[in-house]
Amino acid sequence: MSEGYGLALLGAVCSVVLILELLRRRKLSEKYAVIWLALGTVIVVLAAAPSLLEAMAGAVGIAVPANLLFLGSAVALLLVCLQLSAETTRLEDETRSLAEEVALLRQELEAVRRRD
Amino acid sequence: MLVVLPAYNERASIGRVVGEVRAALPGADLVVVDDGSTDGTGAAARAAGARLLTLPFNLGVGGAMRTGYIYAARGDYDAVVQVDADGQHDPCEVPALLAELGVANIAIGARFAGRGDYVARGPRRWAMRLLSACLSRATGTRLTDTTSGFRAADRQAVALFARHYPVEYLGDTVEALLMAARAGLVVRQVPVEMRVRIDGAPSQSSLRASLYLGRAVLALGLATLRTRHVLPEMPAALEVRATDGSAR
Repeated sequence: MSEGYGLALLGAVCSVVLILELLRRRKLSEKYAVIWLALGTVIVVLAAAPSLLEAMAGAVGIAVPANLLFLGSAVALLLVCLQLSAETTRLEDETRSLAEEVALLRQELEAVRRRD
Repeated sequence: MLVVLPAYNERASIGRVVGEVRAALPGADLVVVDDGSTDGTGAAARAAGARLLTLPFNLGVGGAMRTGYIYAARGDYDAVVQVDADGQHDPCEVPALLAELGVANIAIGARFAGRGDYVARGPRRWAMRLLSACLSRATGTRLTDTTSGFRAADRQAVALFARHYPVEYLGDTVEALLMAARAGLVVRQVPVEMRVRIDGAPSQSSLRASLYLGRAVLALGLATLRTRHVLPEMPAALEVRATDGSAR
């Protein structure tokens, strides 16, 4: 049993290190880092102290603690997906505006060239 | 007045349409928005003597029109008329649209208002009925052809559209009207005749029509849920010029 948790802890620490490394190399902007660091911290804490999970599951009335974990991770992933969709929409809007601006600038440039 | 022709792969008809618009409206400026065409539409439009806005990739009618509206807003035009590049709109009807701008901010050239002979059937017809009913209620006027791409916008509508023109599917027709109505703009329709398209046929297969109905409902639903935009502040100088009628 304890070996299994040791592996979980190792995995958790690795993911946090990965997040930190991506942040350090500026491959992950701050707004995404917050949610990932929060998730990483939760994973590490739960891997280090699985009894916490059991206590929480008991508190909310879930018989099998692992189910609380699944529920929690599903919700967390859902939120991350939602954030990414929102960001994609924003990026699309910006790209669109840039494309429009490019078209307008190109026309203006042609008009100026013709005048010369 | 500025005529905007959004064009996506319309090389076969664009030259003729540009020529027609120039002949029918000699006083108007004309700009073709080449919406990322790959068939040389831009070159054909230029050869016909049109000013050209070239989008680097396809944005859809909504994106193309927003580009046109921004161009109009920056060029300080008092009105914008949208004409489809496929030749189904008769530029001789444009003065009728413009006349309506005296009492409205947006004038729509409508196919089913007693003239012309365009008939739709099945799900496409239901979709059009639904859109008409909802948008008529929202705008407080009877609209029968809400997806018509033949429309005129005055200075206030142009200012709003230059900032917030909806870019999604059907957004350019359906959501734009809803948005305008909620911003307090007046919408009216003008009966016009539509011609057979110079090139290509309208999609009428029932599967496509059903899909169209679904997307119409979605567009309508989304547009209703979305937060309202307020009209951009009009600079005092523009207001004066808009009211004394010195058209550009």
